[in-house]
Amino acid sequence: MNVWQFMLQNRAEVMELTLEHLWLVGVSTALAVLVGIPLGILITRWPALNKPILGGANIIQTIPSLALFGFLLPAPWIGSRADRLAILALTLYALLPLIRNTYTGIKGVDPAVVEAGRGMGLTDRQLLFQVELPLARGVILAGVRVATVISVGLATIAAAIGAGGLGEYIFRGLAMVNNQVILAGAIPAAAMAMLADLSLGWLEKRLSPH
Amino acid sequence: MSTLPDPHPAIEFRNVSCRLDGGREILDDLNLAVHGGETLILLGRSGSGKTTTLKLINRLLAPSRGQIQVNGRAVDEWDVIRLRRMIGYVIQDVGLFPHFTVERNIGLVPKIENWPSDRIHERVQELMRLVGLDPQTASRYPRELSGGQRQRVGVARALAADPPILLMDEPFGALDPITRAELQREFLQLQKRLRKTIVFVTHDLREALLLGTRIALMEAGRLVTLHTPEEFLSSTEALVVAYKDAFGPDGVAWGKRL
Repeated sequence: MNVWQFMLQNRAEVMELTLEHLWLVGVSTALAVLVGIPLGILITRWPALNKPILGGANIIQTIPSLALFGFLLPAPWIGSRADRLAILALTLYALLPLIRNTYTGIKGVDPAVVEAGRGMGLTDRQLLFQVELPLARGVILAGVRVATVISVGLATIAAAIGAGGLGEYIFRGLAMVNNQVILAGAIPAAAMAMLADLSLGWLEKRLSPH
Repeated sequence: MSTLPDPHPAIEFRNVSCRLDGGREILDDLNLAVHGGETLILLGRSGSGKTTTLKLINRLLAPSRGQIQVNGRAVDEWDVIRLRRMIGYVIQDVGLFPHFTVERNIGLVPKIENWPSDRIHERVQELMRLVGLDPQTASRYPRELSGGQRQRVGVARALAADPPILLMDEPFGALDPITRAELQREFLQLQKRLRKTIVFVTHDLREALLLGTRIALMEAGRLVTLHTPEEFLSSTEALVVAYKDAFGPDGVAWGKRL
């Protein structure tokens, strides 16, 4: 039996795991965007926070993912359900590219443009929302893209703590020493990563400033 | 003329010094009054403190000592946003917003001042005519314009909310000589009509002689002389002579033709 036949036979389960996977990636990326972009903006305003925040996000990124999942297990409320735990871990991993790209994007806006805006009497808020963020949009979106693709891959490991997703097949296949089962998890996950990359890349191009 | 005291200068520097964070003094005890409706030129080489002087007026920089007054009121007593909106600001790099069309660039300050949109549109049209821009360019983006057109948009944008004061930091510095001469001529005509109080930074003696009602010569953070163009041409002050020599008989002849 090849992998395609296996997937066809188990299409209901493949579908369910894919949706679970999408859920984990979608929620965690959305949370990371909600936290990461404001943090990125914050450190352009208060440079003193730059090192602790970027440093913190960097450190999280260096923790091996399995260790992070285990590390969060005793946390109250979060630790009581595997999917919450997985979402928190994935969110933490996605923070670094978002914070860093938001920061670099805003800092990369032509200083003459910022000075002109300031000199014309734009308030800091107006400068941020009308000038800096629109001009940094492409770079920030590139960060969202990187974060999403990393999350799709990392979310397969969430199955190790019982959070579901396409990692289920990968771990099951590993245990059964069955390549077909591994591929039944890996192929949809890879396809999802490529699709996310392509569509966000397209959006990035569409929204890049003139 | 330059020695006459002005009881109500538009802009006044009183014993102003400015020090960078590192401690280097970039402006040293400046005393200067800019009269309403004049074009005061800040002339000097790079690092002489011209741009610093300019940025102290709209509070992009803060002095380490002394006081700057605009319309008789210390700049730090002004609400900084209000202060900046009554002062137009034009810089060499123009700093147009690349993601806005020409129309939105020019109309930005009126827009954030909540003008009704038809009035903004009218004002933009009026300004584009005033600075000699083809109305067709209204819907273009800055990257689609020539250097001269961009600088015209920069001037139009600075004039948008009709500020009484205009600060110009080498606005024509990056242009080719022909466009530059064209814009200088238009600047003179514009100023004849608008009578703004203008502080204009340049290192070009010809530009200074052509455009200025008075020329403040700066060197190493100090004001060296303050002359009308005629006085400047006949001055025997060492630094003034050095300037005239540097630009040669050509530059001086240019000034005398006025």
